[in-house]
Amino acid sequence: MSDRNILTEFTYERPTVERGYAGQTLYVDVSDRRVAARPVTAMMKEKFVGGRGFDLWLLWNGVRDTTRWNDPENEIVISTGPCGGTTQYPGSGKSIAVTISPLTGIPIDSNVGGHFGPYLKFAGWDAIEVQGKAEKDVIIYIDGQAGRVTIEEAPADAPTDTHLLGPWLMARYAQSEEDRELTSIVSAGTGAEHALMGCLNFSLYDRRRRALRYKQAGRGGIGTVLRDKKVKAIVVRSPGVSGDANHPADLGRLQATGAEMHREVRTFDDKQNRMRRRGTPYLVQIMDDYDLLPVHNFKFGSHPDTPKINGDVWEARMTQGLPDGCWYGCTVSCAHAVDGFELKTGPYKGEKVIVDGPEYETVAGVGSNCGIFDPDAILEINFYCDTYGIDTISFGTAMAFAMECYEAGILDKDKTGGIDLSFGSAAGALEVLHQMSRGEGFGLIFGLGIRRMQDYFIEHFGADPGFVRDIGMQAKGLEYSEYLTKESLAQQGGYGLTNKGPQHDEAWLIFMDMVNNELPTFEDKAEALHYFPMWRTWFGLCGFCKLPWNDVVDPKNKLTPEPQKIMHHVENYRQIFMGVTGLEITYDDMITMSERVYNFQRVFNIRLGHGLRADDAVPYRSVGPVTVEEYESRAARYDSQLREWLGLDPTTMTVEEKMAAHRKYRQERYEKLIDAVYKRRGWTENGVPTLEKLRALGMDLPEVVAVVEKHL
Amino acid sequence: MKVLSFIPELCVGCHVCEEVCSETWFKVVDPARSRIRIIEKDGSMSALYCVQAGDCIAVCPVNALSRNKQGIVLLKKKECVGCLSCVGFCPYGAMFFHPDETTPFKCVACGKCAEACPAGALEIVEVETPSAPGVQA
Repeated sequence: MSDRNILTEFTYERPTVERGYAGQTLYVDVSDRRVAARPVTAMMKEKFVGGRGFDLWLLWNGVRDTTRWNDPENEIVISTGPCGGTTQYPGSGKSIAVTISPLTGIPIDSNVGGHFGPYLKFAGWDAIEVQGKAEKDVIIYIDGQAGRVTIEEAPADAPTDTHLLGPWLMARYAQSEEDRELTSIVSAGTGAEHALMGCLNFSLYDRRRRALRYKQAGRGGIGTVLRDKKVKAIVVRSPGVSGDANHPADLGRLQATGAEMHREVRTFDDKQNRMRRRGTPYLVQIMDDYDLLPVHNFKFGSHPDTPKINGDVWEARMTQGLPDGCWYGCTVSCAHAVDGFELKTGPYKGEKVIVDGPEYETVAGVGSNCGIFDPDAILEINFYCDTYGIDTISFGTAMAFAMECYEAGILDKDKTGGIDLSFGSAAGALEVLHQMSRGEGFGLIFGLGIRRMQDYFIEHFGADPGFVRDIGMQAKGLEYSEYLTKESLAQQGGYGLTNKGPQHDEAWLIFMDMVNNELPTFEDKAEALHYFPMWRTWFGLCGFCKLPWNDVVDPKNKLTPEPQKIMHHVENYRQIFMGVTGLEITYDDMITMSERVYNFQRVFNIRLGHGLRADDAVPYRSVGPVTVEEYESRAARYDSQLREWLGLDPTTMTVEEKMAAHRKYRQERYEKLIDAVYKRRGWTENGVPTLEKLRALGMDLPEVVAVVEKHL
Repeated sequence: MKVLSFIPELCVGCHVCEEVCSETWFKVVDPARSRIRIIEKDGSMSALYCVQAGDCIAVCPVNALSRNKQGIVLLKKKECVGCLSCVGFCPYGAMFFHPDETTPFKCVACGKCAEACPAGALEIVEVETPSAPGVQA
C-alpha cells in the first residue's frame, strides 16, 4: 500500500457500542479534506431514533433551503440504526442512505443490505455524512481496528465500475481472509457519472463464495451524488462481528425472539413464497395472475410469456443451498445470485460474473415492463446496471417509457442514434445502458430520467405534452417501482402520497384494497395510508428489512383480528428493539417514532420548495387507461365499471367518451383520497403538517415550525 | 461414528445428565446450559440432543459449523456470530442457547452424561448414519 496518497488523516479512540449506539457520527468534507466526530445527542435518539431519522436530521443541518443535488453542501448520509447489526433476527443489518436527489430535488431515502452500516457502527460511528466535492477522485477509508479515518487520493489506475473496483479495493485494504470478511465498500460506477439515476452498491463478503457481493441502494440517484463528489468509494474495516456487538441491554430477549423466528422461516417458507430458493422473484407469476405485473410501460398487467421469467425460472438459475442473507443471520436468505454468468455484450463481454439477483423489481422493470421475456437479457442488464451504478428500477421504468415513445413515433432511429427501442428490444436497452456508462449518445438523454425526458421530448421532438405526461410513470421526478395500480385506488395513494416519490416501501395495499376489498371507504384507505407507511418507516429508523415481517408468516396469523398487520411479527420487532436499547415501548410508540421522522421529512420537502399537494399528483397511466389500446384490452372490466360506478350505458358511448368518463371519475376519486389521507395524517388540505400535529409529536422544533408557518 | 443414544424406557427423569453436561462444558451446574434436555410428557421420557445429522452446517453463514473426521458436528466459537440460524433450523431442537453465552452449543458426544447416568439410559454407540432413538424431530 506504499502508493497510498493520504490527503487527510484523522485518528480516534473507538467507543464501545452500547445498547445499539456508538454515540457519535462521522463527518467528512471532501472539499476541505476535513474529518470530524460529532456527538449523538439525547434529542437525536429521542426524536430521530437512528437510520433514516439520523440521516435526515444530519442532512437538514448540512444544507440550505436552496441546496440542489450537485451543490457541494449536499450530503450523502448513511446510517443503520440501533438494531442494525443484530445477528439473531432475520433482516437486521440494513443501512439507509439519504441525499438530496438529482431526480426529485428533495431528500431520497434508500434502504439497502450489505455489511456497511453495521460495520460502520462497530467501527465507532452511528452514521457517516459526506459533504463537499473533491478535486480529484478520492477514497474514504474508515479503519475501525486502528481508529483512523483517511481521505486518500484514488490512483489513476483505480477502476470505477463496481465489480472491478471492489476486488481492487480488497487487494489494497484487506489482504487476509479475516480482513476481507470485516471490510465493506460503498461504491457506484461509470454510469452514475453520466446519469441522474445512479445507485450505490453496498458490499458484503460472501464467506461461501469467497467473493464480494453487492446490494443496491437503488432509488433516487445517490450514486450520482457520490460520483459528483468525486468519491470513488467509502471503505470501512470493522473491528469484528459477534452476537453481542451492539452490547444489547438484554441478549436473551434477542436470542429467544430470533430463534423462534428462524424456526418459523424453516417451517413455512418452503410452503409459502420460497424466498430461500427464489428470493423476491416469487412475485412475478403472482403479479401476472392478478393482472398487476407491469407490461409495456404499465399498459397491461399480464403477458403470455411471463412463465419464461417467473420464479421457477430463477429458482433454476440461482445457486441453491447457500445461506444467502445480506446480513448475518438472515434465514429468509433472499439475496440470491446467478453464478458463472457469461456476459455477451459491452466492455466485459466474455467475462464470467456473479449476478446479484435478480430481484422482482428488476425482472418486472427491465423485463416485462419493457416487453423483454428473455432471462439472459434480464441478467445481462441487471449485471451492467449494478456494476455501472445504475438503479434497475429507474432504468426499467424509464426504458419502458422510452420504448412506448418509440412505438408512438415520438422517438425514432434518427433520434436514438440508430438504436431500435421497440418493446422487447433487449439489444437496444443494453446499448443505451452502455452509452450511459460511456457518457454518449441517447444514453445521456435517457439517463436524465423520465421527468427530464418528458420536457426534452416536448421541447426538441415536438411530443404531445399531454400524452408524454400521461404515460411517463414518474411522480415527484422519481420513476415508479413495478406494480400496476389502475384498479387499486389505495395503492395509487400508496405511490403518490409518499415522501420520496413512488416507491412501494411505504405502502403496498393492492391485495387489501383490490383483491380482498378490505378498504371499502375513503376513510378505510386513509387509515391504511396512515398506518402502513408509518409502520414501514420504522424499519428504516432501526436498521431492519421489511421482508421478514410479511414474506413468511405462521398461518395462525389469519385468525388474528387484523391479519394484515401481522402483529406477532410486530411484537418480535418490539422485543428486538427493547432487547437492544433497553427502552420499553408500546405498539403506539412505534408508530409515533415513525410519525416524527415522517412529518419531519415532509417538512424537509416543503423547505426545499416541494412537499405540497401539487407535488402529490400522479400520472394518469397509474390511475386509468390512457390509450384506446389499453381500454380495449380490458374493455369488459371498464364497461362494467361505467355501469356500476356511474350508471352509464357503455353501449351508447364511443371509446373516447368512455375513456373521458373514466378519467373524470378516477381523477376526482384520487383527489378525494388525498383529502382523506391528509386529514388522517394531520395535514392541511395543501399537505402541510399542522402545528397541532407537530406539537403532539414533539416535533415543533423552531426550524421546523419556521418552515411550516409560511404555508399555514 | 460414535454418537449419544438415549433409551427412554430406562430413564428415571433424574436430570443428572443435564447437570453433568453443564458442569463439564460451562463449569456450572445449570440445566439451562446443558447440551442435553430431558423432557417428561404424559409419563414418557424423551431427550433433546444432537444426533450429528449436520443439517445446521449448510445454514451457517460464516462456516462456523463443520464435521470433524470422527463425524461429530462441531461449532467453532471464534467464527460464530451468534445468529442462531442453526438453532431455528435444527430439526431435532438440539442446538441450544443461553443469555450469558453469545454463541449456541450442542452435544459433541463426549460421553460424560452417559458415564454419569445412574439408570443406564444414555450410552455412546457406533452408528453408520446419524440417527438416534428417543429423539424428537
